[in-house]
Amino acid sequence: MKNTFFMLAASMLLLTACSSSGSSKDADTIKIGGDFELSGNVAAYGSAELNGVKLAIKEINADGGIDGKKIELVSKDNKSDTTEAASVATNLATKEDVVAIVGPATSGAVKAAIPAVTRAKVPLITPSGTDDSVTLDSSGKVQEYVFRTCYQDSFQGITLANFATDKLNAKKVVIIGDNSSDYAKGLTKAFKKQFKGDIVDEVNFTSGDTDFQAILTKIKDKDFDVIYLPGYYNEAGLIIKQAREMGITQPILGADGFGDSELIKLAGAENVNDVYYTGHFSTKADATDKTKDFISAYKKEYDAEPSAFNALGYDSIYLIKQAIKDADSTDPEKIKDALEKVKDFEGVTGTMSIDKDHNPEKAAVVIQLTNGEESNATIINP
Amino acid sequence: MSSIFQQLINGISLGSIYALIALGYTMVYGIIKLINFAHGDIYMIGAFLGYYFINTLHLSLIPALLLSMVISALLGVVTEFLAYRPLRNSTRIAVLITAIGVSFLLENLMIYFFGSNVRAFPQAIEKKVYTLGSVQISNIQLVIIFITLFLMICLQFIVQKTKMGKAMRAVSVDTDAARLMGINVDLTISFTFAIGSALAAAGGVLIGLYYNSINPLMGVVPGLKAFIAAVLGGIGLIPGAVLGGFAIGILETIVSALGFSVFKDAFVYAILIIILLIKPSGLLGKNVKEKV
Amino acid sequence: MKIFNRNNFCWLGLIAFSFILLSVLINIGVIDTFYEMTLVSIGINIILGVGLNLILGVSGQFSLGHAGFMAIGAYSMGISYLKYPTMAGFALGIVIGLILSGIVALLVGIPTLRLKGDYLAIATLGVAEIIRVLIINMKITNGAAGLSGVPLFDAIPMWQLVFIFVVITTVIILNYVKSSDGRATLSIREDEIAAESMGINTTKYKVLAFVIGAMTASIAGALYASYYGTIVPTNFNFMKSVDILIIVVFGGIGSFTGTFLAAVVLGILNTVLQDIGDLRMVVYSLALIIIMIFKPSGLLGTKEFTFSALFHKKNRLSKKKGDPADGSIKH
Repeated sequence: MKNTFFMLAASMLLLTACSSSGSSKDADTIKIGGDFELSGNVAAYGSAELNGVKLAIKEINADGGIDGKKIELVSKDNKSDTTEAASVATNLATKEDVVAIVGPATSGAVKAAIPAVTRAKVPLITPSGTDDSVTLDSSGKVQEYVFRTCYQDSFQGITLANFATDKLNAKKVVIIGDNSSDYAKGLTKAFKKQFKGDIVDEVNFTSGDTDFQAILTKIKDKDFDVIYLPGYYNEAGLIIKQAREMGITQPILGADGFGDSELIKLAGAENVNDVYYTGHFSTKADATDKTKDFISAYKKEYDAEPSAFNALGYDSIYLIKQAIKDADSTDPEKIKDALEKVKDFEGVTGTMSIDKDHNPEKAAVVIQLTNGEESNATIINP
Repeated sequence: MSSIFQQLINGISLGSIYALIALGYTMVYGIIKLINFAHGDIYMIGAFLGYYFINTLHLSLIPALLLSMVISALLGVVTEFLAYRPLRNSTRIAVLITAIGVSFLLENLMIYFFGSNVRAFPQAIEKKVYTLGSVQISNIQLVIIFITLFLMICLQFIVQKTKMGKAMRAVSVDTDAARLMGINVDLTISFTFAIGSALAAAGGVLIGLYYNSINPLMGVVPGLKAFIAAVLGGIGLIPGAVLGGFAIGILETIVSALGFSVFKDAFVYAILIIILLIKPSGLLGKNVKEKV
Repeated sequence: MKIFNRNNFCWLGLIAFSFILLSVLINIGVIDTFYEMTLVSIGINIILGVGLNLILGVSGQFSLGHAGFMAIGAYSMGISYLKYPTMAGFALGIVIGLILSGIVALLVGIPTLRLKGDYLAIATLGVAEIIRVLIINMKITNGAAGLSGVPLFDAIPMWQLVFIFVVITTVIILNYVKSSDGRATLSIREDEIAAESMGINTTKYKVLAFVIGAMTASIAGALYASYYGTIVPTNFNFMKSVDILIIVVFGGIGSFTGTFLAAVVLGILNTVLQDIGDLRMVVYSLALIIIMIFKPSGLLGTKEFTFSALFHKKNRLSKKKGDPADGSIKH
């Protein structure tokens, strides 16, 4: 018995020793931390962003790094758990001495990481924490060290509400929401506030559901013009499939969570008609010149179509690179100051400027899908 | 009115999926009194095997289904042999924790090797929708309901009429007495795991086909719900698992149809607790007097 | 027995020593912010584990819903402390959490604790899920987005506060176990029918253990809310209950020393595994399986570390009873 305990204790110590000795400072590299969901229930989003991050770092390093210094990525798993997200952020900021952190993917995890990065004074860029309150504290003051490359929920919700009224001539809308996700709830709230027409019905599902027949049967015979479906591709794809097979033909309007080629595979291309969503990039209306290069580079590296998550992770790294160049320093605080001043940064998800609330001001592209193909893209400026 | 029938059909096809998974749960629980948390993950592995056979090896549905059932059955036997058999004489809670460990391991191995993305399951048979009045039912729904009932009858036959079934029943009543009667207990338990896992895999492939979506964590929620279904119907009873599965499927659908979809899981648990309090042995179970 | 005997002095000494040791290590920087965070999370896990061990190890009732009570405590603290960011608000948060979780545990416990073994586990799991679904759908809890910006308790460093609460809850629970009520509860674990025929009101003691366990979980939740500042409903799902269960089983059901040890070992393991990214959970689950296969009774079985045992080694050997963990979860 005692032996087991000592063995365990000894191996623990050994492991700790190994891991701490690995984090010695090296002046020739710039360390960037990754705080991602690599296991747990939203691992799909975290690992997608990590892929984008890795591609960007590979490109920068192949290009000679930043001012001759290579980027070193220190990526840790937060288990899709807010507690772990805070712990990983602390670990990265205080033990690994990273200059900036990318991630986590979900708003809750980002909020949990904020106290840690604020205490350690290291900037954090979330690729997909869309909740408006991520960059603001409870009194409405901006969180100094938190930035993002994605749209905030209110911007997308308003954009989509305007699009529904102006372009789709919608008077009556049905909302299919996800009550268990803050992303969907934020989008619904913003949409409801902006939309002037009638909201005929609002039904909800829970993340991870696969059977939506009951709620779809419920709305089928209602009189409405458009379905508003804020949610991620894994449920949205199935909802589109089940709705179209049931004979619900009204246009479906969604947000950037649709931006993954898996959406079309899940729904079946023949079912993806009259589907509109706010994308980060489109092959029809290239947001910037970089977009095309990114798409082909991503395909070459991973043999798959890039998704919104990949692109946002990719942009986060280039944004940090831009800030390091602007600041001409790898001091985390100076990087933060430079991030605040970024203007017209050309990313693959659009040309963005960081506003006073640390949100990127960039154009949204509303993409129309017909038979699973992009048939039209409308650029909407903020 | 028509929408009531439509919702009923929706509920039955959802319920038949819970029933398929619940069948395996109930058998394993019946024989070694273990909540096999890894059962939901065997179902996930079954779905991924089906995906691989259809997508990569281009097999048609039936061979793919049978192959993934066989491989999953083997996997079930191997996990029993490696993880549960060494703990045959330990506390039940130790085995339960091991089962949770196996469940985590299967999920995370799949995530590690194949990524955590949702994948679209290949459409192995073309979907047709039949319309009766204003009620729609698809051929895939019919296939699922039919296969569930068919497997239930097969199982009932194996358990009630074959020698192995007799051994299974004997082991579940009293392991030691069964061993004294010359029954090979280990073999019987392995056989139970094989059948249970094969059923789970069948469920996995059919669900892939039905919903067109699979991912490494797909087994967690249906696994729990299926266990609830098994308890609801009377754990250890094959007709009970099927009844429980249908009951939960229909219940969930009704709750969603009434506009309380966000509370549907809470409803399922509440009903379960109420049933347990009124009739702890489940809907079809007989109350067994406790001996002192 | 006198309160001021040798054993109690030794325990007091040990507590004071570990407190001073930790203070020194933190002041000279050996324990930095990151390790301090690990320390706090280990402390919170100890409170949770000790509470569950009372339910599982002492009364022998299999609860899978501990996270639900933790959620009640966390949200009580979150709501109260966000509204009144003062000492009073903090105290109010703890008190509301204690009362609410106690009431819920009482209401749930009286009917469900009649159930045995796995049925009880599923029923308690159901209760925790119902609590979570309600939290997702309530306005005051801010739904799925959860609460953020809960202030950090700053009168004393958080680790000291957690340390104090670990000591308080452990002392209360251990004293309860050693009291005559505690003995009665133990007898339920050993043999419920025999206990009942000896005139012990088994329902009362089972519910009592369940309520005390739930209340300690709410304290852990309250500390969690104030330390991390962000609480979302997914923090308190089924996986969290399983995590707590693993701590108790890994340490040895019924052994409070084991719970402490397991919380520390698993806490460190978890921190170390952060570095290996997506292999993390693979290694964790493999470790779990292997440990359970080779040491199914947990690290310490039902053994406890006591000073009296150190003083009277022989005495202990003669008093040592059989392995009660075997009987704990049987129908």
